Amino acid sequence: MGQSRREFLKIAGIGLGGIAVTAPLINWANGSISTDRLPAEDFISRTPTYCEICFWKCAGWVYKNEKNDIWKIIGNDDDQHCNGRLCPRGTGGVGMYYDEDRLKTPLIRRTIDGKQQFVEASWDEALTLVAENLAKIKEQHGPECVALFTHGSGGKFFGDLLNAYGSNSITAPSFAQCRGPREVAFMSTFGEVIASPERTDIRDTKCLVLIGSHIGENMHNGQVQEMSDAIDKGATIITVDPRFSTAASKSKYWLPIKPATDLALLLAWTHEIIYNEWYDKKYVEKYCYGFDELKEHVKTFTPEWAYGITTIKPHIIRETAKEMANASPAVIVHPGRHVTWYGDDTQRLRAVAILNALLGSWGRRGGFYNPDRASIPSFPHPEFPEPKKTWRDAHPGLYNLASEVVANDICDSTIPSPDRACNFKGWIVNGTNLIFTLPDQRKTLAAIQSLEFMVVIDTMPMEITGYADVVLPECTYLERYDYCRTDQNRQASIALRMPATTPKYDSKPSWWMVKELSKKMGLEQYFQWNNIEELLDWQLKQIGSSLEEMQRIGVKNFPRTDDYLYFGDGEDIEFNTNTGKIELFATDLQNEGFDPMPVYTPHPEPQTGFYRLNYGRNPAHTFSRTANNPNLTDLLDENTLWVNPIVAKEWGLKPGQQIWLENQDGILSTFAIKVRITERIRHDSVYMVHGFGHTEKQLTRSYGKGISDTEMITNVMTDPIMGGTGMRGNFVTFKLENPHLTKKEVAS
Amino acid sequence: MRYAMAVDTKKCVGCSDCVVACQTENNVPIGYCRDWIVEVTDGTYPQLEMEIRSERCNHCDNSPCVRCCPTGASHYSDGGIVLVTKDMCIGCGACIASCPYDARYPHPDGYVDKCTFCIHRVQKGQNPACVEVCPTKCLYFGDLDDPNSDVSKVLQKRKFKTLIPEAGTKPQLYFLI
Amino acid sequence: MKEELIVSGRMNYKVDPTLHIWGWEIPLYLFLGGLAAGVLFFAALYYLRGKDKEYQAAVKWVPMITPFLLVIGLIALFYDLNHKLYFWRLYTSINLQSPMSWGAWALLVITPLSVVWSATYVREAFPFWKWPFAWLDTLEDFFIKNRTVLAWIMIVYASILGIYTGILLSAFNSRPLWNTSILGPLFLVSGLSAGAALIMMLSNNPLERKRFSQIDLMLIGIEIFLIIHMFMGFRASTEVQIEAAALFLGGPYTLPFWIFAVFLGMVLPAFLEIWELRGNHIPAYIPAILILCGNIALRFIIVYAGQSSRYLY
Ligand SMILES: Nc1nc2c(c(=O)[nH]1)N[C@H]1C(S)=C(S)[C@@H](COP(=O)(O)OP(=O)(O)OC[C@H]3O[C@@H](n4cnc5c(=O)[nH]c(N)nc54)[C@H](O)[C@@H]3O)O[C@H]1N2
Ligand SMILES: Nc1nc2c(c(=O)[nH]1)N[C@H]1C(S)=C(S)[C@@H](COP(=O)(O)OP(=O)(O)OC[C@H]3O[C@@H](n4cnc5c(=O)[nH]c(N)nc54)[C@H](O)[C@@H]3O)O[C@H]1N2
Ligand code: SF4
Ligand code: SF4
Ligand code: SF4
Ligand code: SF4
Ligand code: SF4
Ligand SMILES: [Mo]
Repeated sequence: MGQSRREFLKIAGIGLGGIAVTAPLINWANGSISTDRLPAEDFISRTPTYCEICFWKCAGWVYKNEKNDIWKIIGNDDDQHCNGRLCPRGTGGVGMYYDEDRLKTPLIRRTIDGKQQFVEASWDEALTLVAENLAKIKEQHGPECVALFTHGSGGKFFGDLLNAYGSNSITAPSFAQCRGPREVAFMSTFGEVIASPERTDIRDTKCLVLIGSHIGENMHNGQVQEMSDAIDKGATIITVDPRFSTAASKSKYWLPIKPATDLALLLAWTHEIIYNEWYDKKYVEKYCYGFDELKEHVKTFTPEWAYGITTIKPHIIRETAKEMANASPAVIVHPGRHVTWYGDDTQRLRAVAILNALLGSWGRRGGFYNPDRASIPSFPHPEFPEPKKTWRDAHPGLYNLASEVVANDICDSTIPSPDRACNFKGWIVNGTNLIFTLPDQRKTLAAIQSLEFMVVIDTMPMEITGYADVVLPECTYLERYDYCRTDQNRQASIALRMPATTPKYDSKPSWWMVKELSKKMGLEQYFQWNNIEELLDWQLKQIGSSLEEMQRIGVKNFPRTDDYLYFGDGEDIEFNTNTGKIELFATDLQNEGFDPMPVYTPHPEPQTGFYRLNYGRNPAHTFSRTANNPNLTDLLDENTLWVNPIVAKEWGLKPGQQIWLENQDGILSTFAIKVRITERIRHDSVYMVHGFGHTEKQLTRSYGKGISDTEMITNVMTDPIMGGTGMRGNFVTFKLENPHLTKKEVAS
Repeated sequence: MRYAMAVDTKKCVGCSDCVVACQTENNVPIGYCRDWIVEVTDGTYPQLEMEIRSERCNHCDNSPCVRCCPTGASHYSDGGIVLVTKDMCIGCGACIASCPYDARYPHPDGYVDKCTFCIHRVQKGQNPACVEVCPTKCLYFGDLDDPNSDVSKVLQKRKFKTLIPEAGTKPQLYFLI
Repeated sequence: MKEELIVSGRMNYKVDPTLHIWGWEIPLYLFLGGLAAGVLFFAALYYLRGKDKEYQAAVKWVPMITPFLLVIGLIALFYDLNHKLYFWRLYTSINLQSPMSWGAWALLVITPLSVVWSATYVREAFPFWKWPFAWLDTLEDFFIKNRTVLAWIMIVYASILGIYTGILLSAFNSRPLWNTSILGPLFLVSGLSAGAALIMMLSNNPLERKRFSQIDLMLIGIEIFLIIHMFMGFRASTEVQIEAAALFLGGPYTLPFWIFAVFLGMVLPAFLEIWELRGNHIPAYIPAILILCGNIALRFIIVYAGQSSRYLY
């Protein structure tokens, strides 16, 4: 250390001060530990949990400080989902607990002198009301007319309750608004779904192809970590995205594709790989069905043909196809996750699946591994009653290939219409803000208006709670037990969530609500456990662990009994498809009357003055659920509208200027959004992060901050195969003045 | 001993995890931060380049902030880590004005605060909180005098730059490019 | 298009000092310090040159204001501190590299000095003055006998204080605008001219007034020379310093700087004084007040502009 550090004279003996000044210096001089007062680093306790901020469900530890307050959340080193590192949202999860805008007590909708309002209620009142209403619907319409929307761990308990009650219409937005098309496409190709966490072997891949998937902004932990590992190992990354995404900036090839034309690119790649004989011959011969039909099908889909559609230069299409072939089988054409874009999404994802099949990456190292998952038996209970009707009866013949319940279809069949065998009369909504989650809010609201009863279980006064008849405040994941996490990974594993502290306010965990409801609904025989500890301990003991053990270790990994992470060389495999093979030609699609092989169809384009509404993720937020989180709003408290400089010039927009939006159907945005002028977006589109623009005043940090993309998405391009809601066919134009002001207001 | 940090701009995705982790680890009040993310985009669509940097105090070898501190609150600690001693700081702001990197902020309690390289963890042989949390593992920390430390190793095999070298502060935060 | 974006954090004036960590307190403190330094400098100077009979205002009366100026200055500084209770820490260490530090020490010496100096002239001001205690009389005699020593100490510390007001800023090489060796001399000279102006204003002796308006004229000349020199330096320097200079050459601070600090604060009073020296009558307080205001303006503008000038990376 240089001398300069010593040029700092002190006067000894001027009271305490002199001593205090000297201390650090002397210490520094003889290199010993400095006396600087350091922040609380010693914690009182550490309890296991798995994160609830998104559905990657990373396992972690909740630390408390000497004041016995929740201090920080750190990833669990043994967890394959996170490898000891949480993402920003998981790290900021403490904010979910500390948010003072949380729901504090049960609320009941009452009409007091003609005015509807929420009144605070005791848990007993609230739950009794729920039980009564469900009983009423049961006797008047049958239990099948109640549906459960859930996108959270606690939903599992309500799922049990609904099954016991007599309905199996349990739906999550993570299918028809999210993964659905990919799961159906991979099912019909490989006879297996991708599921979550994705079975992509990014860690060991030589070539990663991202179609949209904006990993890095899409902060799904394992994907981000493994993509970084891949970069370290020098893997080639090819990103297809009309926007210069973070992933694009890390890629060797960025293909700035014209929106809505990916299928053409995928078909051209298929063409190149087949006609240059770059595909994995052994693999295709042994495992694939319908190669010749495919070869014939893509004959005319040349790079030149695709160039006219996608604006991607033919030589780039060839080069990138070659890159994939060179890496084969250690190549991943990533299936993406939020893939409900343009209504022909299952077909687009089929094209992705076909490419992977041709490259022989399915079941191979560096491609797609065969995941394993733990299964925990459920606590003994009598058989659930068999529902006389299911959600499918609402629309006979529709979406037969949908492997999960289609949320928007439940929404549709809640709006009464004579030609339906089933109308939903009651909704239980747990952990999903349907107002922000389902496109075309007009329809969502119409459905809610025609309900006889809706109970919402949430932690925050989100928009959906405002429409409920009863609101039940759940405590956050840091204050409760839930079922153990059993999601798939390279190894089967389980993770425990236990309360780090007692629930704030008068909030309760789902398991408790369900147990209490079961008593009030006469369904107690289905819930024979007395408390959650008993339930979990029984389950864990069945698989050779125990609650006590899990409280100590948080995560338990089960070594694979099969060593079947990848297919053996030349091994005989029976795929779970009609033909028992990987179906390049999809027989199940054919049987349902759909194209057995993907066909490109053009999609509508924005008229002049309008721009395609593109949306995505911000790494620091999860949909709308974190928009009010104090730690995360500190990083970003509103979304901005990305506008290309050329467009900004045309409209005379300045950076940070507040503007309003109007979409193709004349829908105006409630709030204004700040303009971000950036080259990262095309001139024919604008971009915003999903989840902002909250309209609920109690959300003090997020109310009126930015615009909700959902509000602008009124044109839904439904996927005929599985009912997915294509949301990227919406176009917006700018309003520079506040369109909500009346002329008078403007004048004044 | 000379502690330093390297940030791999080729891997950093600008997720701000390091910012939140620092905030919780060090009880940095909401509204303030000891580290922050800078994103620089250059070019015109579609010929674009982007650099993302996670920035914090550079723990400069030749720190204007230490030099200008009238009370000695700002000082060099173990391994050249630049620290502020709370109860010696009069909050005059001289160091804030003197830092070319704007790495310091006035803590609501009056004293000036900044990145400490998590000395409380480092002294226990742990990595700083931001390094430990980073999902892309793009932060490297360690002792430059130890050729086997993470930071030494990565600096040996990669090209790097520092920020505003012309300010002559001898910054110890290295950006891999 | 190049876009530099702070994705998270620091978008906070508390974190990013380019959004001003220093408000009005520091520039005021610098102005008063410089002014007091100027006055005391001349007092000591002319005493040592045996001119205490001719220039009574300079040597005897005006210095009596300086204790108040200095105390107000110190109060302003104190007000600027965020951690006030620890103020005393300033005096538990000397950091030679920290202008703040030796500025604080210089004030600690010169403030009492200015009191003592004034005290030795109290009887001359108020013939019937009585000290409450006898030992004070003896103390007074002692200091009166040793005025010369006092004067020497005072002239040294006045210069230190004067230069300090400029060095304080130029020590911050992170702020390109302040990162120039000229700021020290500039502030010293402008401090002196402020002092001279004050004396000129408060003196009722035409001779003395003439003397000090001549001094002022000279000082203003030097100031303008230094300013031109400073800008030439910037222009010939690095990218960032050229940008820093641009703040005054077309940038946001152009008008305030050239109009208030330079024209109204230097050029105009200079003309008025030349005019007066040519024999025409102009009330002394007009140029004096202009100079004092120009002085305040200069310090405010340099402190504020300096903070908004920074290295870009
Ligand atoms: N931080 C954070 N991470 C998350 C989430 C979160 O809320 N926050 N949510 C998680 C969930 S549930 C999901 S489903 C995933 C979703 O994350 P992804 O599966 O990555 O979602 P995408 O819609 O594929 O990604 C949006 C990208 O698609 C691009 N895009 C838009 N239109 C087109 C087009 O026509 N063609 C192509 N090729 N690209 C296009 C956009 O520019 C944007 O970069 O993220 C997960 N990760
Ligand atoms: N416009 C548009 N719509 C989209 C998307 C999009 O990108 N744009 N993305 C789609 C995708 S991929 C998905 S997966 C879905 C996600 O859809 P959702 O999962 O519905 O997303 P959120 O808006 O976060 O709603 C989460 C709700 O759960 C509540 N919550 C949070 N924690 C808890 C808890 O511990 N207990 C309970 N009971 N409630 C809790 C939150 O307060 C919030 O009300 O959205 C889909 N819809
Ligand atoms: S990815 Fe992030 S938000 Fe999702 S579970 Fe993991 S830590 Fe939580
Ligand atoms: S956590 Fe890592 S990847 Fe995320 S911003 Fe910080 S340094 Fe970059
Ligand atoms: S970065 Fe700023 S605060 Fe940190 S040591 Fe360097 S000068 Fe001081
Ligand atoms: S604010 Fe505190 S640390 Fe900074 S210079 Fe002043 S006393 Fe030193
Ligand atoms: S080293 Fe520690 S204090 Fe510094 S930024 Fe990282 S976490 Fe914050
Ligand atoms: Mo999703």
